[in-house]
Amino acid sequence: MTSVKKYIRERFFPHIWCPGCGHGIVLNCMLRAVDQMGLEKNDIVVVSGIGCSSRISGYVDFHSLHTLHGRALAFATGVKLSKPELKVIVPMGDGDALAIGGNHFIHAARRNIDMTAIVMNNRIYGMTGGQYSPLTGYGKAATTAPYGNIDHDFDIVELAKAAGASFVARTTTYHVQQMIDMIKKAVAHEGFAVVEILSQCPTYFGRKNKIGDAVEMMEWFKDNTTPIGSEAKRKNPSLIERGIFVQDKKLEYCSEYDKIIEKAMKGRG
Amino acid sequence: MSKKKKFVQGNEAVVEAALCAGLDFFAGYPITPSTEIAEHLAYRLPRIGGKFIQMEDEIASICAIIGASLTGHKVMTATSGPGFSLMQEGLGYAIIAEIPCVVVNVQRGGPSTGLPTGPSQGDVYQARWGTHGDHEIIALTASCHQDVFEMTVHAFNMAETYRTPVILLLDEVIGHMREGLELPEPGEIPVVERLRTSVKAGVDYHPYLPREDGRLPMSDFGGEHRYNVTGLLHDMWGFPSDNPGVVHGLIRHLVDKIRNNAEAITRYKEYYLENARTILISYGCSARSALHIVENRRARGESIGLLELQSLWPFPYDLVDEKCGDARHIVVVEMNTGQIVRAVKRAVHAPERVVLANRIDGQFITPTDIKNILRLIQGKGV
Repeated sequence: MTSVKKYIRERFFPHIWCPGCGHGIVLNCMLRAVDQMGLEKNDIVVVSGIGCSSRISGYVDFHSLHTLHGRALAFATGVKLSKPELKVIVPMGDGDALAIGGNHFIHAARRNIDMTAIVMNNRIYGMTGGQYSPLTGYGKAATTAPYGNIDHDFDIVELAKAAGASFVARTTTYHVQQMIDMIKKAVAHEGFAVVEILSQCPTYFGRKNKIGDAVEMMEWFKDNTTPIGSEAKRKNPSLIERGIFVQDKKLEYCSEYDKIIEKAMKGRG
Repeated sequence: MSKKKKFVQGNEAVVEAALCAGLDFFAGYPITPSTEIAEHLAYRLPRIGGKFIQMEDEIASICAIIGASLTGHKVMTATSGPGFSLMQEGLGYAIIAEIPCVVVNVQRGGPSTGLPTGPSQGDVYQARWGTHGDHEIIALTASCHQDVFEMTVHAFNMAETYRTPVILLLDEVIGHMREGLELPEPGEIPVVERLRTSVKAGVDYHPYLPREDGRLPMSDFGGEHRYNVTGLLHDMWGFPSDNPGVVHGLIRHLVDKIRNNAEAITRYKEYYLENARTILISYGCSARSALHIVENRRARGESIGLLELQSLWPFPYDLVDEKCGDARHIVVVEMNTGQIVRAVKRAVHAPERVVLANRIDGQFITPTDIKNILRLIQGKGV
């Protein structure tokens, strides 16, 4: 077992997450990915927004920027463009990334700026107590949908693809080996990478929707997801696909800006 | 040696000065009447190896410059009223996280979309209190391009000195008007560089523990010290805290670092103030018309002077009271329904002598407008 403790700021523990929360699993996998890639702590900046998921930045011993609700990718764009040699990882919640931060999400994807957006999708606003998010889904329950949710949800993978992300993947907190592998590939990828991770919120989404405790929610992930293009998916189209959907070589923003600088400097002579 | 002279818009003067002050990262979103700043920097910055990015909105613009400031760059964004409204969230973040940056607001008529190409000075209090929560802010302004240059450099210097956002509050007249600008020689205007920590790698660095002089040396993201930056109230490590002592201490620090240095931040110009019976107080484009009146009337022997404010916040209360002395009439000239006039009334010992000369129809306030008010208060009728 690899030790991820060396990447943790123990001074700032205990963390704020509820028992059974899936976000700790994401933290663990993210650190294992960093460890297995052999990245230097000083080369990593973790930028997050606001919400349960976004507290992840404080717990890791990298350069950490805990920003405004929805704005993590905009801050991250400034960090990355001003110092492209840094590895920028942006963990976000589903509401953070796709409601208040939806505009920044699609534009960061469109620019194809080199960073890794990890969307920890638990389909609920946890920190404020269980309101519906753009990922909650039609018919589901939340404190602000006492008669059932009539909002349709986004498909993060389709959205990221359409917006121009050059790496798009999805997994769940049940599939930890796949998650580690995906985060490694996403961080190594040159361009805007999106990793959607279905994460359980037993406190709010699970309880409100009577799915059960954390274990039962993770079992739901196991039973209701399948590898991309699997036989099971063909037989049961309602299954959610897991895997890497897009992994393209595409002009990256910071590298393109370097060419602008070269062009502008030539023009100066 | 003759200096380099240019015939430029005020917005270009901002660009020249920002580059002189060391700007190397700009993020912005097009908006009249500030767009020329972005256009010129899109051209100029890559020529010196700097970076320009047009973001998806003004919210993203201020966030991006904060991110770039943390990697050790001098940063700026520029906007006008509607964009400035969107930036209030990021402005508060830069205040609490103590990130040096410069935000230019070339004011236009408001509220809302208002009068995009018309001048106004309606954002004075938005600059002061636009973002939520207790805070102090530095806001500077100027009435001619030479001063725009000087105040822009001052803005960068104050941002670095106090680790805070500084607002450069210009207006449509100044932004778009063309006049001569003499470019100072390198080194002629002092430039404050970023104060970086001398704490060695492996030794605990406290990003939010002020030195005895109140300043906080920084460490660039990507450097040897890894620390947390947050918009939450935080302790000396930059980690969220709701400890009453920590919360109180940080709020006091954020306010006091500016309030206690108000004198060093304050900039103003004065014309014929000595023994003046009538004193005009003005700033930005309005000060041009005010100065015109004062010079004309002085030439005819009238005892009248002008106090031109170049730093609006922190408001120089003591200075204004002292300069106004026993003047019989104090006329605040500004293009709004009365913003700085409130601060002036609070500042002087005889507030009943303070009156407003304004214009709020999207037209530049003229010397005649001011003359009409002077006739009224001096008992000569219109």
